[in-house]
Amino acid sequence: MTQAEPLAPDAAFVAFADVGKSYDGGRAAVCGLNLSVRKGEFLTLLGPSGSGKTTTLMMLAGFEAPTEGDIRMEGRSLRGRPPHKRNMGVVFQNYALFPHMNVAQNVQFPLQVRGLRGDAAQAKVEAALELVDLGGLGGRRPDQLSGGQRQRVALARALVFEPDLVLMDEPLGALDRQLRERLQVEIKRIQRRLGVTVIYVTHDQAEALTLSDRIVVFAGGVVQQVGTPEAIYERPENAFVAGFVGENNGLDGIVTARDGATCEVRIAGDLLVRATAVGDIGPGDAVVTTIRPEHVETGTEIGTLCNRFAACVDDVAYHGDHSRLRAILPGGAALTIRTQNGSAPGGSDRLTIGWCADRCLAFPAGRVNGGGA
Amino acid sequence: MPGSPIEPAAGRRRSGAKRGWTFALVAPLLLFLAIGFLAPVLLMMARGVTDHELATAWPLTAEALREWDGRGLPDDGLARILGTEMRASRQAATLNLVANRLNYDRVGSRSLVYATAAAIEEGAPAESVADLARIDPRWGEPAQWATMRHAAGPLTSFYLLASVDRRLNADGRIERVEPEQAVFVEILLRTFKISAVVALLCALLGYPVAYLLASLPARWANPLLILVLLPFWTSALVRTTAWVVLLQTEGVLNNLLLDVGLIEAPLALVYNRIGVYIAMTHVLLPFLVLPLYGVMKSIPAAEMRAASSLGATPAAAFLKVYFPQTVPGLAAGMIIVFTLALGYYITPALVGGGGDQMLSGSIAFYTNQTLNWGMAAALSLLLLLPLALMLFAGRYLVRTVPA
Repeated sequence: MTQAEPLAPDAAFVAFADVGKSYDGGRAAVCGLNLSVRKGEFLTLLGPSGSGKTTTLMMLAGFEAPTEGDIRMEGRSLRGRPPHKRNMGVVFQNYALFPHMNVAQNVQFPLQVRGLRGDAAQAKVEAALELVDLGGLGGRRPDQLSGGQRQRVALARALVFEPDLVLMDEPLGALDRQLRERLQVEIKRIQRRLGVTVIYVTHDQAEALTLSDRIVVFAGGVVQQVGTPEAIYERPENAFVAGFVGENNGLDGIVTARDGATCEVRIAGDLLVRATAVGDIGPGDAVVTTIRPEHVETGTEIGTLCNRFAACVDDVAYHGDHSRLRAILPGGAALTIRTQNGSAPGGSDRLTIGWCADRCLAFPAGRVNGGGA
Repeated sequence: MPGSPIEPAAGRRRSGAKRGWTFALVAPLLLFLAIGFLAPVLLMMARGVTDHELATAWPLTAEALREWDGRGLPDDGLARILGTEMRASRQAATLNLVANRLNYDRVGSRSLVYATAAAIEEGAPAESVADLARIDPRWGEPAQWATMRHAAGPLTSFYLLASVDRRLNADGRIERVEPEQAVFVEILLRTFKISAVVALLCALLGYPVAYLLASLPARWANPLLILVLLPFWTSALVRTTAWVVLLQTEGVLNNLLLDVGLIEAPLALVYNRIGVYIAMTHVLLPFLVLPLYGVMKSIPAAEMRAASSLGATPAAAFLKVYFPQTVPGLAAGMIIVFTLALGYYITPALVGGGGDQMLSGSIAFYTNQTLNWGMAAALSLLLLLPLALMLFAGRYLVRTVPA
């Protein structure tokens, strides 16, 4: 590769411009994708299966060609550039280790095909294996390793040739939860240490929140929202993102009044809820109001909150550090409430709950960008 | 757990009963194999290393021959026993058995035995070696008596040695048979060469086909797979005859090539080695494609993607990642083709020339035409040994590369 001109600090390292992918005759897997990836960031493509996130990754890796638009890397189009000339390390969900090679040979493979041999290659292989905490296991065959170890090998193999970009396609999907959480921490640590740009695909919103610098939420082949984990969680831009990322209660209703950023929504049982309006909604519009379980207050000091309701507790699930209550509002709407254990009003099946309008968002009902999902 | 102390024993009982059931399920097949396959094979093989004709016709002579030290000429007692039994076996009409057997080893022995027995019956004295030598001077040659002794049984190396063009001479040493009788080594080498070439041709033609089948989506791969399997559902005779029709001098292919103007004279494509290669490769191709297809199907597409994302050109990805993983399937296929080809004889007989006949042809000849089952058995053993070696090599090959 020729040396690229120095990029402006905020310029896109990888840019998707109006990228679309449709398979012959079928519905578009991805459409109208515009996205910039910054150098050194950890970007996660998050969405349910079939939402276009993996297709996007495969187009970037060069295994699929966009049917519309263009992908640029450091300003140059990737169109027609085969995968082996893209210098991207790809980590697959099922590891895709070469079973006829041992661990060291697997990790050495990208160096070998680049003509790097001998001590220099050896040193790089050892360093990569150290990096993923597998020093000394170079002689093992992939089938002698556990799932977590295999994924570490795949990671070492994707990093050893110092790629411009590391792409990960649900790399932890096949592992159990504990191992997944441990590897998440390690992937993040390695990414920070190497400063490498990572594009990570997952359907696990918790994983995306933990790992990412920025998250791109996909649904139905269309980007729903791009933002930091905090922005995605705290300030979802539509009902899909609000429901998909983190846990959320959704209350269907009709807007009765709008006053600047806030609005009043009538929900089942003629209850009125004050919520923060997101998007272009006005009186008479059907909306979904959302409130996260941890934002529903049950304590004694709910008197200051604008939304206060009497509710009865339908069910309590104990989770160790917290409990989850299922509360039924007078109109029949059910809410999940998260209470810190020790502060929970034990025993009683009736309680008053409340939340503030800032935490309660009203979205146009049933609207997802692109109309899909 | 209250139930735990008895559980292991119960488990053992269960697994014992289960094993019994498993055995009962396969027992009929095992029995069938033992009776229908293993026993006949062993009995046939035994004929290659045993000698019973002389001992059947002349039991006392056989015993005396076994006791004799085999040096020079035997004593007159042996000659007397032989004379008596010759006459008896002529009357019992069992002379042809032993005469044929002796003739395998030493040409002319048949007429010698018949003539001598006839002379003795007409009253010629047969009380000593000298008496016999007066009937025919060949009884005065140590080599004739050595031949007799080699045929006395019960075990013999005669057929095995003959199958590699060797024989025991009068001194008991192994020597080559006369050049005009030495045919089997050449046929054996030819058999191996034809089988190896066919296995190679199948690999060259079958690998791309298997690759195509493995990489196509199922709706295309399945009909194509049926096409590959089509030869299985046609009788070997029909397939082979069809090749004759296609390949003969006035055949479809030659006429086509002549009409197009690619050749000026018909090509000799049948009744020679080319015909054998073409017909056998066609018949055996599915045996290579199927195991290879199975192995190729088990290689995840993600591996090739991984290789290419790691910087391997398509050629390098194929050579370093894909091909090594297909070696077990390729080896299995080639071994199956090779071993099946070793036993072919209908196809070479129909589309080959005189110089293209394979060892199975010789086995069939000895089994059906001359009824020399000892020779047929020894030649079969000759085929069986390299076959066993191939299977062993195959196991080793397959084990070195995990599928």
